[in-house]
Amino acid sequence: MALTSPELQALEEQVPRDIARTVTRGDRIFRTLCASAAAVSLFIIGGTALFLAIKALPALQKAGLLSFFTTSVWNPTVGDFGVLGLLIGTIIIATVSLIVAVPLAIGLALFINEYSPARIRRVLTSSVDLLAAMPSIIFGMWGFFALQAPLVGVASWLNLHLSAIPFFRLSEPDAPLLRSSFIVGTVVALMIVPIITSVSRDVMAQCPRSQCEAALALGGSRWGMIKEVLLPFGKAGITGAVLLGFGRALGETIAVALIIAFTIEANPYVLEQGGGSIASLIAIKFPEAQDLEISALIAAGLALFGMTLLVNLGARAIVRRTQIAA
Amino acid sequence: MTTVQSPQTAETPAANRQVVSSEILPEEQHPSSRIDATDVTCWFGKRKVLERCTLSMEPGEVTALIGPSGCGKSTFLRSLNRMHELVPVAAIAGTIELDGVDIYSEEMSPTEVRSRIGMVFQKPNPFPAMSIADNVLAGLSLSGMSNEDPKALVEQCLRRAGLWAEVSDRLNEGGMSLSGGQQQRLCIARALAVHPDVLLMDEPCSALDPISTRVIEQTIRELCEEITIVIVTHNMQQAQRVSDKCAFFLVESIGDPGRIVEAGPTAQVFENPSDPRTYDYVTGQFG
Repeated sequence: MALTSPELQALEEQVPRDIARTVTRGDRIFRTLCASAAAVSLFIIGGTALFLAIKALPALQKAGLLSFFTTSVWNPTVGDFGVLGLLIGTIIIATVSLIVAVPLAIGLALFINEYSPARIRRVLTSSVDLLAAMPSIIFGMWGFFALQAPLVGVASWLNLHLSAIPFFRLSEPDAPLLRSSFIVGTVVALMIVPIITSVSRDVMAQCPRSQCEAALALGGSRWGMIKEVLLPFGKAGITGAVLLGFGRALGETIAVALIIAFTIEANPYVLEQGGGSIASLIAIKFPEAQDLEISALIAAGLALFGMTLLVNLGARAIVRRTQIAA
Repeated sequence: MTTVQSPQTAETPAANRQVVSSEILPEEQHPSSRIDATDVTCWFGKRKVLERCTLSMEPGEVTALIGPSGCGKSTFLRSLNRMHELVPVAAIAGTIELDGVDIYSEEMSPTEVRSRIGMVFQKPNPFPAMSIADNVLAGLSLSGMSNEDPKALVEQCLRRAGLWAEVSDRLNEGGMSLSGGQQQRLCIARALAVHPDVLLMDEPCSALDPISTRVIEQTIRELCEEITIVIVTHNMQQAQRVSDKCAFFLVESIGDPGRIVEAGPTAQVFENPSDPRTYDYVTGQFG
């Protein structure tokens, strides 16, 4: 070494040296495999967006980009398209489903984790998993034939007693209540309960036992422990679970298409017949669409794609923020 | 820190106390409670981990539970405030009386038992999402109690736990920002805030450095004037330093349940034990 005296060493500022990273052949191959798997997922997202954009272009040009998102018309013969009403309808249905699903799912998660005896816990857990695996067409048919009648009863009760809330008003006193956004939203809610339940259950199960014991040892009731320890601990994860559910609700297609009395215009009367969503538009119109209408449907798909992407990015941001706060 | 008690605690709202008879008494005259465990046997599933343990924990005294690992000390301690039953397969026999009332009977709810018999755990476990002050007050909101002057209660409890001087200027910071020893004293303050008659401590110093240990031992000696304390410890010197009474637990041979070999005044257990196994253990000639 050239530097021997302490003075000289002090003069020379030390910098991090190179570290040899020798990789074995097996590692290299495996890393390449994993990297290509990762690349495929990026490629699918990028490719889908690109495909949608290219195919949507003719309709967007014909209808005009601005008016496509600010009007509510669907007239393939003259090439006039606008999905504002359906965007709003999509959000209405997804919001209704969240309002129904979130309390149900969190209650279910807490019951499974905190209250139920071991045997019932096993039964409940597997039935929630089964619910998640059920095809949505089954939910749709069941909703259409079995659930509509009782839900109409609920809807007229809500209208009768809670019409002070604008949400529960009707356009006219005896408006039909079948095939409404409310009914569709409730059916979609049942479809997103499993995902919200199992994600928030997993999150809350991560809560350190010592925290729960501390709460109980202070004379806390089980509810007190849930309120003061479990829910604050799970806040970020539960938020994420709810937004995952919201994302699924936005895109739910078949059950909506089956039940809703489809309208292009947004229907602000949630309890009343009629409504629509982007996904149901595509399902309903696609079989008979040609040329420009296909392009317009793809443009609608692009709008749904964008909306789902935004919700997911928002979800991530919220989850990250609450994680930092906690 | 008993000196600070006179003005503040005399004003402590009666609603905070669970014992009707003590409502009229200011804190310093508050008679602490006794626990009598009789023939306590504990199981986890089919495995019997503790057999026929009988022990009286006297008011205003520190009782130390000593013995090698796995001899059932912690299980015994957790049976004293009904934490044992939180393990799904746990079972218990015998009686445990708090001032003559069986805590496993209809006469007391588990939440009442646990707010009268507080607990400090081996590993400090402050609530991470709460500030220091909120941690101290956590027991009130958990058990639905209210307090007219939460600020004064926070100060009083932190003083009694010997932590006030170190945290008085940062009560709104997170509880996790404290050192391990401070966190443990925060947990003691949190347990004191619900005005327990008895405090159970499960190896409260085993995760701490000697200086923090010293502070907590001091706290224990000060607290025992008002609160009955039961402490599990692996540290023989600690048992000698803090306890008035000692119970030695032992598992005779592998697979057997733990039993109390000997219990008595600490000085006697350490200096003149009646059982040779106790002698072996306290003099370090064990096994």
